[in-house]
Amino acid sequence: MLVKERLSSAGMHAVLLAYTALALFPLALIIINSLKSKRAIFGSPLALPTGESFSAEGYASVLTNSDFPLYFGNSLVVTGVSLALILLFGAMAAHALSEYRFPGDAFIGIYLIVGIMVPIRLGTVALLELIVDMGLANTLTALILVYTAQGLPIAIFIFTEFLRSVSREIKDSARIDGLSEYRIFLEVVVPLVRPVIATVAVFSMIPIWNDLWFPLILSPGEETRTVTLGVQQFIGQYTVNWGAVLAALSVAIVPVIVKYMVFSKQLIRGITAGAVKG
Amino acid sequence: MVDNEQALTAAEAPRARTPVRWYILVFLAPATLIYTVFAIYPIVESLRLSLFQPETGERVFVGLANYARLIGEPYWAEQFWNAFKNNVLLFLMHMLIQNPIALALAAMLSVPTLKGAATYRTIFFLPTLLSVVVVGFIWQLILSPLWGITPAFMNFLGVGSFFKPWLGLESSALVTVTLISIWQYVGIPMMLFYAALLNVPEETIEAARIDGLSGWAIFWKVKLPLILPTLGLVGILTYIGNFTASFDLIYSIQGGLAGPDGSTEVMGTFLFRTFFGFQSQLGDIYMGATVASVLFFIILVGVGTYLFGVQRRLQRYN
Repeated sequence: MLVKERLSSAGMHAVLLAYTALALFPLALIIINSLKSKRAIFGSPLALPTGESFSAEGYASVLTNSDFPLYFGNSLVVTGVSLALILLFGAMAAHALSEYRFPGDAFIGIYLIVGIMVPIRLGTVALLELIVDMGLANTLTALILVYTAQGLPIAIFIFTEFLRSVSREIKDSARIDGLSEYRIFLEVVVPLVRPVIATVAVFSMIPIWNDLWFPLILSPGEETRTVTLGVQQFIGQYTVNWGAVLAALSVAIVPVIVKYMVFSKQLIRGITAGAVKG
Repeated sequence: MVDNEQALTAAEAPRARTPVRWYILVFLAPATLIYTVFAIYPIVESLRLSLFQPETGERVFVGLANYARLIGEPYWAEQFWNAFKNNVLLFLMHMLIQNPIALALAAMLSVPTLKGAATYRTIFFLPTLLSVVVVGFIWQLILSPLWGITPAFMNFLGVGSFFKPWLGLESSALVTVTLISIWQYVGIPMMLFYAALLNVPEETIEAARIDGLSGWAIFWKVKLPLILPTLGLVGILTYIGNFTASFDLIYSIQGGLAGPDGSTEVMGTFLFRTFFGFQSQLGDIYMGATVASVLFFIILVGVGTYLFGVQRRLQRYN
């Protein structure tokens, strides 16, 4: 029995290690080769960069010839502001839905989370018209408003589920102390929801940062490009300059990997906890 | 904000009579407003636009004529059915390849005695976080005959003669794109399965073990039935993702024409070209709205099946 168990454990590790290689190999290949000269990229693609084959040329051409810092700034603004609005407005709405009974509360509760199942992309045709009519075409504001609308349903769903599970006593005692409803939200509810903020943030942030569809349609202009759209356009233009393309890809990958390594524990806990609830 | 504050005190003064609780409105208004204007209104308006056509500069109501064109006129019908067929194939391949792999990985990771589960889990989820544009291009480079990584690797394994530029061939492009998508997204169903498997009560498993069931039997007869609701959830998420989000990957790898020769066309790329125009093709708002509306009904059928069929049956089963 023991031998059999050890064998099956070895077998599992073999499968899992093979999958690890499959998951990491493509990323490693890109990053390694982004640090090599063109000859080495083609000559010995699997070798690590050595003193002879090392070259940061690709990075130099990415950072000097292009507007990557601008794209990065755009993505940061769009993702950051959208996220802040999603968290604030989502928590406010969830608080109202979980705390008060009022006419039509069930309807509004369902109305606000329907968007989880119906992707906002299906309204793109009318959305573009609306954005143009409002004079917001080619602005970051357009993206922020759309991503906020897109992120609210799941945020409201997670916050409401969480707030319903929190005991009412804390809020009621604050009420007896004479706090206004606004102060109850700010001083009691906001600190309460802190543990789920990470979950909501991750669920909202990834799709915004990586989205290609809305930047392409609502704000494709040079000044308002996000990183995702910028990389897509850059790669399209420089297919001959392999060093630059590999460097551009690495510039896009590395920050995500670093961020992930820092937050992975919270992120995975958030996903598993959210899934258990759902 | 200030106005509302005053309104609140004014409303709260005659507390004995039904006070108007303005603060509820204040809490709900921002989310409801943004969501209504930028999510619900555009979807409803797109559905409405699909019933119109421009005539001498004005919008004329044409009923279901646009839908009739979409499936009646060869120019539209050919593209539509091709996109629809590819999308269904894409969905089936994800269900038959991605989700079983995800389940197998989750099952292994959830074995309590396994060492290093957290590390594996972290690594398997990593590709999910990368931009589709980046993932698409990475695989394009790896599979490119120009760079020669894949042929060299296959030569090393002794199967070099089987190399083909898979992304460039009509017969294999869709399968290759699917496998790339699976490589990126397998982490999501894996996490959902993993969370569900962790939730299976230890006593249930212990009881099955005492009854003499082997590890395999426990998985099939005890754990799998218990995580059926998660299978349903993964199914509907795969469905929605395949019909809407698959655009990003295909546009990044194969371009707006979803080549070669439309072999990787999905509803998303079809919608994009129809509505926005591409190269020499002019954009058509009304036909674009029609394609989006059809997509809306496709999603509705899927969600409806899930909510009323799958989930209800699963609940009864439990």
